[in-house]
Amino acid sequence: MVEVKPNHLIKVKRNQVFAFTMLSLAAALTVLILLAIVIYVMSQGLSVISMEFLLDSPKSMGAEGGIYPAIVGTIYLVGLVILIAAPIGVGTAIYLNEYMPDGRFKSVLRFATELLAAIPSIVHGMFGFLFFVIALGDYTGGWSILSGALTGVVMILPIIIRASEEALRSVSNNLKEGSLALGTTRWYTIKKIVLPLAIPGITTSIILAIGRVIGETAAFLLTLGGSLLLATTVFDGARTLALHLYLVAMETGNTEMAFGTGAVLIVLILIINLAATGLFKLLVRRFSA
Amino acid sequence: MTNQKESNAIIEIEDLDFYYNQTKALKNVSLDINKNEVFAFIGPSGCGKTTLLRVLNRMNDLIPKTRVVGKVQIEGHDIYDPNVDVVQLRKSVGTVFQKPNPFPISIFDNVAYGPKAHGIKNKKELMEIVEESLRQAALWDEVKDRLNDSATGLSGGQQQRLCIARVMAVKPEIILMDEPTSALDPIATLKVEELINELKQNYTVVIVTHNMEQAARVSDKTALFLNGSIIETNETNQLFTNPKEQETEDYITGKFG
Ligand SMILES: Nc1ncnc2c1ncn2[C@@H]1O[C@H](COP(=O)(O)OP(=O)(O)OP(=O)(O)O)[C@@H](O)[C@H]1O
Ligand SMILES: [Mg+2]
Repeated sequence: MVEVKPNHLIKVKRNQVFAFTMLSLAAALTVLILLAIVIYVMSQGLSVISMEFLLDSPKSMGAEGGIYPAIVGTIYLVGLVILIAAPIGVGTAIYLNEYMPDGRFKSVLRFATELLAAIPSIVHGMFGFLFFVIALGDYTGGWSILSGALTGVVMILPIIIRASEEALRSVSNNLKEGSLALGTTRWYTIKKIVLPLAIPGITTSIILAIGRVIGETAAFLLTLGGSLLLATTVFDGARTLALHLYLVAMETGNTEMAFGTGAVLIVLILIINLAATGLFKLLVRRFSA
Repeated sequence: MTNQKESNAIIEIEDLDFYYNQTKALKNVSLDINKNEVFAFIGPSGCGKTTLLRVLNRMNDLIPKTRVVGKVQIEGHDIYDPNVDVVQLRKSVGTVFQKPNPFPISIFDNVAYGPKAHGIKNKKELMEIVEESLRQAALWDEVKDRLNDSATGLSGGQQQRLCIARVMAVKPEIILMDEPTSALDPIATLKVEELINELKQNYTVVIVTHNMEQAARVSDKTALFLNGSIIETNETNQLFTNPKEQETEDYITGKFG
């Protein structure tokens, strides 16, 4: 019996070393693949990137010229989606988590949110097309940034609601009770204790949502209209960089221009992520000070 | 028919039953607690001490499907009257929890939290309240040079005294303490106990404790709970030296619990 123990321990140790090696290899592989893709796209696209490419309008369906309208379209769309979805999503999460009593209705609502999150984006696109573009066309301008944004909102609301709820739920009940027991209202407690602690999680959910909007093509193909013109209002049609990439590759076959767009898309995602992370750190510092 | 003794009671509980869902956690509890008195609840685990404490500032309202039957009066007002402002009630009946729960903000902001919530904005006024409360909680000397540090960096005992200061900053009439020293070492415990002795000059204190020596050291009166009922209430030294009920004697001599 006494001899078994060290053997056993050695085996545990060996298993640990093995597991650790495999996990680090997997992690390294992931990073490598990611880097390879980024480097490949960049190297293919870099040759076409220039000031003109960034600031000119496309010619011949995007086979020539620049991508300025698509950059502007992307920023408009993401901005509008977040502007609408963030308050609704976070508000819903707060209501669900802090005010609504547990019960059947709440379970149904949660289930519906899960379901909504699992719907393929092309179905969202179809819905957006029929509802926002056609049925509400008089108000949304038909194929337009507004129609696309509303479709995007429906698509990402479940992401924001679920992740925000998760973040709110993680705030310890002891702290909430501590605040309420001092004679503060529920809303004051949410504002001063719950939200500051949940802000990191909520911000992450919004960054995820932004990523989803920037990368999405199917839903916006059917709702944005894919206009090559520079959008000036939310009622104008537009295209995003991802959509532009897809359309250029499919319609003109000009892979150089497509890769150029891809490279810009990657850089834009990087910038937005960095900005959001910075914003998040700022928020945390402000709230915890 | 109110005689002198009764009109002295700041908390009057009459025939109180309390339910979690269908489970009856308090049965027919009646109790008077006088102003500026330290009142201890003792009894074995699960007998309803915390439940009764949370009845007194309606913290149980936060737990779904709970129900109160009977009458609870504080300063002559029925606190379960539908017109009662629960936020006001909790302002005058403060709570110190079993586990120290400082907010993850600065020491200053922890103490100023209540006053700020109740509308005090003036920096100087807040500073005065914070200093006074920290002094009352016997913490001022230890933290006066680092009021802007995070409260979570304090030791357990300091955190608990901070929580006491946080309650005092709201200037309650009554302070409820649920096993306030169970997470503390003996020295920190002693400090909190000394503090409780000070507190009764200005406050009424209701304290739950598992520690009978503690009840004997800090309280004027004690009630023994068993299975949701109060078995015996008496002057603390009477209860410990001269119990009237057999169950009380069994409990204090360690036959169960
Ligand atoms: N949130 C709750 N939901 C349902 N039952 C509860 C809840 N809280 C307490 N109870 C039950 O009510 C009874 C009294 O619990 P309470 O917490 O008041 O006991 P206690 O005397 O404070 O015990 P301890 O000394 O262990 O803290 C117990 O049987 C407990 O299981
Ligand atoms: Mg308890």
